[in-house]
Amino acid sequence: MATALAKATDRTAAAHEYAARIEHVSKSFDGPAGPQLVLDDITLDVAPGEFVTLLGASGCGKSTLLNLVAGLDAPTAGAIETPGGRPALMFQEHALFPWLTAGKNIELALRLRGVAKSDRRDRAEELLSLVRLEGAYGKRVHELSGGMRQRVAMARALAQESQLLLMDEPFAALDAITRDVLHDELTRIWRTANTGDSVAGNLSVLFVTHNVREAVRLAQRVVLLSSRPGRVAHEWTVDIEQPRRIEDAEVAELSVEITEQLRGEIRRHGQH
Amino acid sequence: MASTETTDVETTAVKDSPGLGSLEAGLDALETVQSHRTPVREVLVKKVLPPLSAIVLVLVVWQVLVSAKVTDEYKLPAPSAVWSSLTDMWLQGTLLDVVWTSVSRGLLGFLLALAIGTPLGLLVARVKFVRAAIGPILSGLQSLPSVAWVPPAVLWLGLNDSMMYAVILLGAVPSIANGLVSGVDQVPPLYLRAGRTLGATGVRGAWHILMPAALPGYLAGLKQGWAFSWRSLMAAEIIASSPDLGLGLGQLLENGRNNSDMPGIFLAIFLILIVGIAIDLLIFSPLERRVLRGRGLLVKG
Repeated sequence: MATALAKATDRTAAAHEYAARIEHVSKSFDGPAGPQLVLDDITLDVAPGEFVTLLGASGCGKSTLLNLVAGLDAPTAGAIETPGGRPALMFQEHALFPWLTAGKNIELALRLRGVAKSDRRDRAEELLSLVRLEGAYGKRVHELSGGMRQRVAMARALAQESQLLLMDEPFAALDAITRDVLHDELTRIWRTANTGDSVAGNLSVLFVTHNVREAVRLAQRVVLLSSRPGRVAHEWTVDIEQPRRIEDAEVAELSVEITEQLRGEIRRHGQH
Repeated sequence: MASTETTDVETTAVKDSPGLGSLEAGLDALETVQSHRTPVREVLVKKVLPPLSAIVLVLVVWQVLVSAKVTDEYKLPAPSAVWSSLTDMWLQGTLLDVVWTSVSRGLLGFLLALAIGTPLGLLVARVKFVRAAIGPILSGLQSLPSVAWVPPAVLWLGLNDSMMYAVILLGAVPSIANGLVSGVDQVPPLYLRAGRTLGATGVRGAWHILMPAALPGYLAGLKQGWAFSWRSLMAAEIIASSPDLGLGLGQLLENGRNNSDMPGIFLAIFLILIVGIAIDLLIFSPLERRVLRGRGLLVKG
């Protein structure tokens, strides 16, 4: 009992200054013309409970960076720390396993994390109701709509109870209406996780997108990456009260400013 | 009850966009694909009727050819003559014995091939060196008619059951292993990446992610493996007949040739065909359909 309690306290964000620390990280891949630098000296902290979006045009290496943070790949130089354990990762495609039901997908995540068999079912149902999919437990992946699949994927990611949720353009393939609803949903879950008791615990999000409005709509901080190689080009703190709407005037205003910067970054590539 | 309470607490704790829950419920209802099972009568009309009519047509054409006396009767027996060989065997009580001798050999050989082919396939799929070393040989062996193994098997092992099993293994193991290899190759890398972020690495990754993801290809390999097992066994039984071996369907066919008993030959061919189809229909097709339907991969015709 005492150890369980100690573990629980350890999981709370107060134990660490940051949910992720990316220090002078560079990454190059072997290209046809020798090693090609994709990420150049990236330094970035994600605070506990913080929501950060990484924004950039194609070729800025934002997905590469996310893979590095997720531990799927190793940086060429620099170091990445995620003290809250292995981060959860959500992809653009739902990446749910089609041979399992929605509920069993979540239970697999719980099982791999070592949750006892007797607790898994209840926990999975709980997570499904968190993403408002009560009753989807026995549904096969192909029976769910695109938005529902991403919500199950979100529940599966939350099942890892990691302090850090990495999201790689998770809503890019959805239609605008569904995407809008999922923005609300993600904001709600993230805020709930950081206010008092909840199933998800304390939660930081590092969200990759190329959609400026989406970045502003969701984040507390927007980080703009330049392309080829990716460097931190600019950073904005978003001081707009949540819940926001993507069509809010303040969201639009900041989006215009960020888009200008982004276009400037893109133009530089046409000049040589 | 407890979960309702938690949701209530959550909604009060965080100011929500108005009506988000009901909005989502509406979207879900609009976008959910309804899948349902086909009713029995539709299955009968669409799946059972066509092959049945084909069989009837073949019987009619056959009878017409016999009645028109297109060839000598010892070359083309009447359907009724084949039927009476069947009933003769049934009345003598030998029919089921003969079928069972072959089927039990075939199934046992197939299970052995399964036990050898599966780890072999995993090894070839996952270990680069092994794939480079024996991958091409394995796919090449698939195109080698397994009847070619009968003469060496007879000389190595003699005229006995082990010879039969050796021939079955040489025919079926490459199919099963190759099926697994192509199943593994077709696993979307996304599943493996998703599995790794969930902590499924090494053996756990193979068990929870790789194997289930490769299952459709593996099942296709098993199906082909059974077909190869059955064919190899028939080749072995026809070529290597000996009184010690017991009477199987292959020997039945060979006996028919030796006795110039054309109805017997036809009967043996039909039985071989029926067993092959029946095993496929009773075991492999339902298995494959279940797996594909569960994944939403079964296209309704």
